[in-house]
Amino acid sequence: MKKIITKNGLILAAFALAVTAIVALTHQATKNEISEQERKQLLRILDQVIDESSYDNALYKHCVPVLSRQFLGRDKQQRTFIALKDNQPVAIAIETTAPNGYSGNINMLVGISKIGVVLGVRILSHQETPGLGDKIDLAKSSWVESFNNKSSNGAKDPTWQVKKDGGEFDQFTGATITPRAVVQAVNKSLSFFKNNKDLLFTSAERCGEQ
Amino acid sequence: MNQFSELTWQGLWKNNPGLVQLLGLCPLLAVTTTLTNALGMSVATILVMVGSNITVSLVRQWIPREIRIPIFVMIIAGFVTCVQLLFNAYAYGLYQSLGIFLPLIVTNCIIIGRVEAFASKNAVIPSAYDGFIMGVGFSLVLLLLGAVREILGQGTLFDGADLLLGDWASILRIEFIEFEQSFLFIMLPPGAFVALGLILALKNSLNAKVEAAVVPVQIIEKPERARINKVS
Repeated sequence: MKKIITKNGLILAAFALAVTAIVALTHQATKNEISEQERKQLLRILDQVIDESSYDNALYKHCVPVLSRQFLGRDKQQRTFIALKDNQPVAIAIETTAPNGYSGNINMLVGISKIGVVLGVRILSHQETPGLGDKIDLAKSSWVESFNNKSSNGAKDPTWQVKKDGGEFDQFTGATITPRAVVQAVNKSLSFFKNNKDLLFTSAERCGEQ
Repeated sequence: MNQFSELTWQGLWKNNPGLVQLLGLCPLLAVTTTLTNALGMSVATILVMVGSNITVSLVRQWIPREIRIPIFVMIIAGFVTCVQLLFNAYAYGLYQSLGIFLPLIVTNCIIIGRVEAFASKNAVIPSAYDGFIMGVGFSLVLLLLGAVREILGQGTLFDGADLLLGDWASILRIEFIEFEQSFLFIMLPPGAFVALGLILALKNSLNAKVEAAVVPVQIIEKPERARINKVS
């Protein structure tokens, strides 16, 4: 009895070892390609929120980690990317989260110029209802472009609401919660930038190697 | 009767994993919102099925009966992880749009079902073929469901194909109808159930005809299994 158990245990261990080895090899073989893909994806989105011609540094490398549950909606560290031209900051892209979407977090990237004007907003990931709330995604509708060139007078600014609440952003038929959450989150990221502008631009801290 | 044509018949129609065994309903219903997603899921499932069937068949004489299930699960999980890494590296857009359902292939009962029922008892080549053809059978259902739901739901076909196949594939996108508001019901899981139900009904109504066309050839070759307790 004991012998069989030992034998089976050893066989199981041998298989576990072999399978782990195969996974480790595949991981080694694809590691570079994966980080390259992630970098490309990040660049593609950064390009959409900050115009490529407006800066001359390696944007994705100038990454400052930030954490603000109140303004950026997450307990986890998020990233900001600072665009420089001739070593002067010109714009920033802030990763932010709307924690109050219709079904969970809406993660987005907000591009803001140094004077506090929105350059662009892109949704990175969300689980909103397909056909209703998912119009925040640029692939489905151009709604997120309505943020372009807007600036805010702080969290209480009455124009930074959906039209239903008296603001100037459209809601969607059948979905108010989603755009409301996005509008709030973008406004909060603007406030966050305004409050921490100098700190962000001068910070020497960099995000950990991803 | 050739073993391979028997396997083909079983995998594609008689014992189709999606329509008869009804295994793997979770990916079947969840990712078939568009044809492209269905195609990506098909490729991933076929890869994992063939890979794990071959591996299990190769090592089957070293696997003790009592611990076969944990070993099968381990092999399948290993393959899924590899496929996931490969997708992440070479089809990043699709990797994102399949999301959690890619790692969840591990829990797809078809795979362990075929490994247990076929690969652990048969030689390598038939096992590989079984994995492949069962995967194809499953994929056909995925693709059909994906196409139906995409056309009814948003009036297109191959929306987002460029995520899977590269930029050139955006020309594959066909727009049938421009909807003001997409047909939400079909896009959500309940619509998938209804669409799957209709496909099942179609399969069942065609069953008699198709069997009549295919089976007579087989009956001669494959005598009915003798029952011990049969009095005749």
